[in-house]
Amino acid sequence: MIRDITIGQYYPADSIIHRLDPRVKFTGTLALIVSLFLFDSFYGFLLCGGFVAAVIIMAKLPLKYVLKGMRPILFLLLFMMIFNLLLTPGEVLGSWWIFTVTKEGIRSALFMGLRLIFLVLGSSIMTYTTTPNKLTDAMERIFAPLKLIKVPVHEFSMMISIALRFIPILLEETDKIMKAQQARGADFENGNVFKRIKALIPLLVPLFVSAFRRAGDLAEAMEARCYHGGKGRTKLKPLKYAFRDAIAYIVLVGLIVGAVFIP
Amino acid sequence: MVNFDQVTFEYIRRDEEGNVESINKALDDISLDIKEGDFVVVLGANGSGKSTFAKHINALLEPTEGIVTVSGYNTKEEDKLLQIRENAGMVFQNPDNQIVASVIEEDVAFGPENIGVPTEEMWKRVEHALEKTGMTAYREKSPNKLSGGQKQRVAIAGVLAMRPKCIILDEPTAMLDPVGRNEVISTVKELNKQEGITVILITHYMQEAVDADFCYVMNKGNVVMKGKPREIFAKVEELKQYKLDVPQVTELAYRLRKAGLDLPECVLSEDEFTEAIRRLKCR
Amino acid sequence: MSLILDNISYIYGKATAFETYALKNVNLAIPDGEFIGLIGHTGSGKSTLIQHMNGLVKATEGNIYFNGADIYDKDFKMKELRRKVGLVFQYPEHQLFETTVIRDVLFGPKNMGMEQLDAELAAYGALKAVGVGEDLLDASPFELSGGQKRRVAIAGVLACKPDILILDEPTAGLDPVGRIEILSLLKQIHEEQKITVILVSHSMEDVAEYVERIIVMNDGEVVMDDSPRVIFEREEELKAMGLGVPQVTRVCRRLHSLGMDINPDCITIDEAEQEIKKKFGLV
Repeated sequence: MIRDITIGQYYPADSIIHRLDPRVKFTGTLALIVSLFLFDSFYGFLLCGGFVAAVIIMAKLPLKYVLKGMRPILFLLLFMMIFNLLLTPGEVLGSWWIFTVTKEGIRSALFMGLRLIFLVLGSSIMTYTTTPNKLTDAMERIFAPLKLIKVPVHEFSMMISIALRFIPILLEETDKIMKAQQARGADFENGNVFKRIKALIPLLVPLFVSAFRRAGDLAEAMEARCYHGGKGRTKLKPLKYAFRDAIAYIVLVGLIVGAVFIP
Repeated sequence: MVNFDQVTFEYIRRDEEGNVESINKALDDISLDIKEGDFVVVLGANGSGKSTFAKHINALLEPTEGIVTVSGYNTKEEDKLLQIRENAGMVFQNPDNQIVASVIEEDVAFGPENIGVPTEEMWKRVEHALEKTGMTAYREKSPNKLSGGQKQRVAIAGVLAMRPKCIILDEPTAMLDPVGRNEVISTVKELNKQEGITVILITHYMQEAVDADFCYVMNKGNVVMKGKPREIFAKVEELKQYKLDVPQVTELAYRLRKAGLDLPECVLSEDEFTEAIRRLKCR
Repeated sequence: MSLILDNISYIYGKATAFETYALKNVNLAIPDGEFIGLIGHTGSGKSTLIQHMNGLVKATEGNIYFNGADIYDKDFKMKELRRKVGLVFQYPEHQLFETTVIRDVLFGPKNMGMEQLDAELAAYGALKAVGVGEDLLDASPFELSGGQKRRVAIAGVLACKPDILILDEPTAGLDPVGRIEILSLLKQIHEEQKITVILVSHSMEDVAEYVERIIVMNDGEVVMDDSPRVIFEREEELKAMGLGVPQVTRVCRRLHSLGMDINPDCITIDEAEQEIKKKFGLV
């Protein structure tokens, strides 16, 4: 059912990676991305590959599940690799019609592909092992210094978590309104582009009306429950570093140092 | 606990230039006093002003004229808003539109988080609130997986975690099926009896008013009837005038009494009805 | 004109570990001109069933015949079925979208391919039938009261001139008088326009008062299908499904079991009133 769609595709499991503080995982993902661009040799990829593989094993994520998550980027990956392969100048290995393959091209296509794969793997491991709520909590804490320059950090993270709560409800509502209009003969499937766009009006107007009504209700309910912004707020589940988080940070520093000094 | 002193509230509608188009008195000179620990039901048809009334107790609305006092605080005092809302929590009609978090226990904690309750104390409150509403088993679930009645119990738990003296429920059962309706009403009744929390239940399901300590009937912004359920339900014709009705047995007894049977002035339950008829027969 | 459901099943997640039957081997015949109540607790499959009746959801197994034609046949005109079997969803006022009432009601007839004049006549007729006055034709549907919005939404389906009108809990959220108004409106439409009405409801009291046939669903199956009187004889089974019988039926049965000469099969207040009056020699 449409309500079962989980945003961020959290994969529930009991593992040390799941238990890590979300801030660690957030900075860890950033560290991985940074390190990917620090080196330019196969040893670097070996290092990152080892790191990612170790994390996947420790997170008890099924390999199939992780690979399935890569499917959406397959096209982009191929496109980028072919682009690099054919358009990098250098020592010519062979040519056919207007295409030339160079030694540098192969190298750059391979590196580009690997970088992209690790980048997506790294961030999806984060979303697989961290609930959206924890992630927004982590972001609120990490970006807290921005409050000094009047960035509404708390409000942004509250917005994200409310959006995550209401997306499944609005999806279900979309389904319902669509059926109700179909019962009145609306046709969302046939006709040219203009017709189809026009056909969306009976769907979008009620959907917006409903979203605004819900937003109004929710604002009132939050106010009634003493919500008054982030000031003086405490947390049921405050983020607290444990010993394992310290170790994780050391590993991350190791990763970056390794990436810098690799030949 | 809750006191309304000559309260009037006007909705002012303005046209595009900002000129006053119409003034609608949603509350019209209401005075009443609700005692601590009472189970009070406010009845009224749609548009009778009962929701506006409810929002005044929680200081979501401020009276245009008159004074609303909630456990000693005047709702017009800006700096007492949090205390008022902590003391008088509110449950709304739509179960989906009042749950903020994506995990039940986190939602229950939302109120306490806002008023800065320390984490350790908060866990105790959340556990207590979940237990009292029978939702402990669902604490780690997503609200999207719950039935309407369960969601309303979560909303009640969220209010309960604020340790309120008073809970206002604004048509909490209007969108529920009979099973959900029972769940919510029996939860609320229990809280009133066991925890001594004042309950103000706003509804148009007459059955829910039968066990109340006191009832108010609203119509067009006025309190038009007040009294014990028995006194209110005896006036079937008057209730119908205000677009309300009575439970089937009450209606039946009323008709039979009018036809000349010697039945009590007001019959509220099936037990009372069978007992009354049986007594007649014995005579 | 008739609708026949022949061994319909609807399965979620077929051939996976989560395979669940939303509908299981449903056989139903809906002949012309009946007033039918469809009853079952939340999740019993009522909503899924009615969405099969106008082809919004396709059965995983079984066939549906409309006037003898298989609706899953590739030559079958689904639009014609959607026109002849009108479906009013729960809270139908949430589907209003046009700038004026009349334009919203015209949406259906125009989609169904009616000529402008016919469509307008149908729309005016439908609005009149649901009791929306001419003064509101050019009003914005978003500015109407809750009850009026619901009527306009029902008119939007009625204007398509259906032979069968299905309504999913059309009284949800309305106050007692609003509820009675909608139900008697449906009765009137049923009688005057000679169309079949299928009323999905939670309220046994409402169903007993208005319908001539009840279909009871439980866990995706049709478990009972008969006249209200026959259905209400199976009180214990109904209770086991989280349903019940009207309050007057319960009290009449209690009086009967106390040895009084009162018909235990009264299902409306009127019937019970007559029975008891007769018993005490008032008629």
